[in-house]
Amino acid sequence: MNGVSAEKNIGQVTADKQMKEHVQQLKQYGMIIALIVIYGIFAFLSDFKNTAPMNVNNLIMQNSYVIILSIGMLLCCLTGNVDLSVGSVVAFTGALAAIMILDYHIAIPIAVIVTLLIGVLIGIWQGFFISFLGISPFIVSLANMLVFRGLTLVVLNGQTKGPMPATFTKIGAGYLPQVFVHAGGVRLELLALLAGVAISIAVIMMELNSRKKKAKVGFENPPIIVTVIKLFIIICIINFFTLKFSLYMGLPFVLAIMLGLILIYAFITTSTVPGRQIYAVGGNKKAAALSGIKTDRVMFWIYTNMGLLAALAGIVLTARNASATPKAGDMFEMDAIAACYIGGTAVAGGVGTVTGAVVGAFIMGVLNNGMSLLGWSVDVQRVIKGLVLLAAVAVDVYLKQKKKS
Amino acid sequence: MNDNILEMTHIIKEFSGFRALDDVNFTVERGEIHALCGENGAGKSTLMNVLSGIYPYGTYGGDIIYNKNVCKFNDIKESEKKGIVIIHQELALIPQLSIAENIFLGNENVRLKNVIDWDITQKKAAEVLARIGLDHENVNALVGDLGVGKQQMIEIAKALEKNVELLILDEPTSALNEEESNMLLELLLDLKKQGITSIMISHKLNEVSRVSDNITAIRDGRTIETIHRGHEPIDENRIIKDMVGRELTNLYPARKVEKGDIVFEVKNWNVYDEENPDRKKLNDINFNVRKGEVVGFAGLMGAGRTELAMSIFGRTYGSKISGQIIKDGEEIIIKDVQGAINKKVAYVPEDRKTYGLVLINDIKWNMTLASLHNKFSNKGEVIAKNDEIIAAKEYCDKINIKTESVDKVVGQLSGGNQQKVVLAKWMLSDPDVLILDEPTRGIDVGAKFEIYSIINSLAQQGKAVVMISSEMPELLGMCDRLYVLNEGEIAGEVPKQEMDQEHIMKIIMNHIAGKGTRKK
Repeated sequence: MNGVSAEKNIGQVTADKQMKEHVQQLKQYGMIIALIVIYGIFAFLSDFKNTAPMNVNNLIMQNSYVIILSIGMLLCCLTGNVDLSVGSVVAFTGALAAIMILDYHIAIPIAVIVTLLIGVLIGIWQGFFISFLGISPFIVSLANMLVFRGLTLVVLNGQTKGPMPATFTKIGAGYLPQVFVHAGGVRLELLALLAGVAISIAVIMMELNSRKKKAKVGFENPPIIVTVIKLFIIICIINFFTLKFSLYMGLPFVLAIMLGLILIYAFITTSTVPGRQIYAVGGNKKAAALSGIKTDRVMFWIYTNMGLLAALAGIVLTARNASATPKAGDMFEMDAIAACYIGGTAVAGGVGTVTGAVVGAFIMGVLNNGMSLLGWSVDVQRVIKGLVLLAAVAVDVYLKQKKKS
Repeated sequence: MNDNILEMTHIIKEFSGFRALDDVNFTVERGEIHALCGENGAGKSTLMNVLSGIYPYGTYGGDIIYNKNVCKFNDIKESEKKGIVIIHQELALIPQLSIAENIFLGNENVRLKNVIDWDITQKKAAEVLARIGLDHENVNALVGDLGVGKQQMIEIAKALEKNVELLILDEPTSALNEEESNMLLELLLDLKKQGITSIMISHKLNEVSRVSDNITAIRDGRTIETIHRGHEPIDENRIIKDMVGRELTNLYPARKVEKGDIVFEVKNWNVYDEENPDRKKLNDINFNVRKGEVVGFAGLMGAGRTELAMSIFGRTYGSKISGQIIKDGEEIIIKDVQGAINKKVAYVPEDRKTYGLVLINDIKWNMTLASLHNKFSNKGEVIAKNDEIIAAKEYCDKINIKTESVDKVVGQLSGGNQQKVVLAKWMLSDPDVLILDEPTRGIDVGAKFEIYSIINSLAQQGKAVVMISSEMPELLGMCDRLYVLNEGEIAGEVPKQEMDQEHIMKIIMNHIAGKGTRKK
């Protein structure tokens, strides 16, 4: 009896499953499509100023710190919480890096490492109150937002510290090794182009590998045409960027940092036990605890990690600005939180992806960049960004309610 | 001839096909204390919810005749206006507010529309406190600082301020100690003299027979009988028989198992309350389970069964835990849940939605959550996702989880299938000892039978199974041996031959009575 019904089931399973996967994929790519559409609209409005090589380069460099922060913030948001202190921690750690290098003439690599360690310590400090005393992360991080903004003013004496040496600013504003060639009156940077090709090949190989593995265990693979279209779009996006970089100054140094972080954190969240535990804590804390997950410890590491990433963002910001200022990083926490929610993270926790948060950050960045190019005032920009956040979450909530009924 | 304050006639109440109340007739005379007795789930609370308008007119069949008028309450406010006030088992007080504020909560003394008149509030509060014998309490003291017994009395004061004529108390003494219970019962007798009629839902037959004038027993949603004190003496055995005397049909699959040696044993287990570390929750518990045996824990709600299970399972409940756990002849120490999993002890919690599942995630994700470390990853780091899918599919077939795919979100499954997912989750952790807490609560008869079959196959595989249930017939049908837990103590151990509901109920009642006399 079981055999027959099981066979029958499998037929149903595949049809239903495919349908569901299509819907899910659409949702997953919905944000990326939105990003491309927004970019297209601004390209059209600004006479394609925003697709100019220099602007594409700026887009990455200007948004690098928010992207770094939103990766860390995603983990907080997955548990249904936020970290309000990151903007202040960015300013504080950036200021400490500047002071170490300029006032104490500490070697740059050591200063960078020490700054990162301080970030970890700040994270531990926050994690202590959150995990061991059980204070709400909202309160702890709100308090530390004030504390570290104040400390930044204290250590900088309320003044800007700069300029930073060129070897340091390279972290935020420099490029990977460059090889320029001239072809038909156009100057191209060869390594960026090559990187584009190499990454494209790697993406194809990975996809093929995953299909092969699935086939080997006997699982359903998506139709080949879906895979081809998906790969085509991804490769177009990659090469669009690498071509633009190649036409300008080559691959920005921060791009490498960003890509590295995205890969690492995407892997952690989707494929490791600690990553799974974060989702479990956000999805149902009580059930997670009764499944053997040490929920306090998970919270502790999330906030420690946030401290580390905030320090990294602080270093990048100070490097890009070539100076540390008391007002640095103002409102960054809001940008990072908004990026997560625009990117599809559930406010209650338990749902969200690294890719989503990064795309969310890019949507904010493209909006900022486009509106600046059009000469819209900062006030209007804020209004629009606020409305976009509201709209993104409203659509998400609306779709969920519809699904329920 | 009788002056009846309330007549409920032919009350029928259904929940999606399930008849919780089936033609119930219930009559209360003016000025009496009427006890309503029945097992867990017999329909006592449902009946009172119908009466108080929580289930509005139209959602039930039959009539409520109150003070000679047919009443059609749409909500609880309407019944309160007529003087019917219900006090639930979980108190509806706000601990952070004062006594006076709580007494007039939702019923404030106001001037101009919305401005609270504190002078009148305090004066009236003091008056009503005097009426219930709490005149020495400060009306501005916080309710949270009072003991449970006094809190219960504040609830009564609150009802008095609503000009109560018919007071309904749902298990009023279940959280109280002997002394507090006595105070409350005296108060009820006192209120009776003041002309207030009370309905008291209670398991404690000694209290029932002490204060009540008439006793109605209901079982499986039907009235069994009403015993009138005026006509006949009140016999506790008769009430017990009324409460439990149902026939057992063959709802339980048979099981043939060779029982082995004792594999799991708990000795001298003492646990104190989590919130209030001075209160002892479990007192000197000893029990054991053999290989292939299904051992049940019977008891009334609040007896401490879940607390016992959770305190054993990685100390997830309780404070100041002491005692020994012995598995396979050796003492083991379980410090946390992961430790319990490593020692091959599993606990399937009672409320699957709150404690068992992450509803927004899918079947395979939930099934592997407790064994990620030990089974579905290399050294607890990278997850073997393909293995997860294979294992989830295997278990869906094995225990017949009805779903089109293991990618289905568990929130969309039926209760029975959700329960099977939780069971699969813990079967995947390869336990030797499984503690099942209310494994069939809220699921239909068919799914129950399947769960029983799973339990049987677990026993046949040589696992030791501990089963906690509030459904007595289920325990009798499934267990090889029973422990009766009452007020945090083992009240008795019942072998298969001696299992019958009356016997177990008697053990509980004797234990309650014994405890009472010991305290005095």
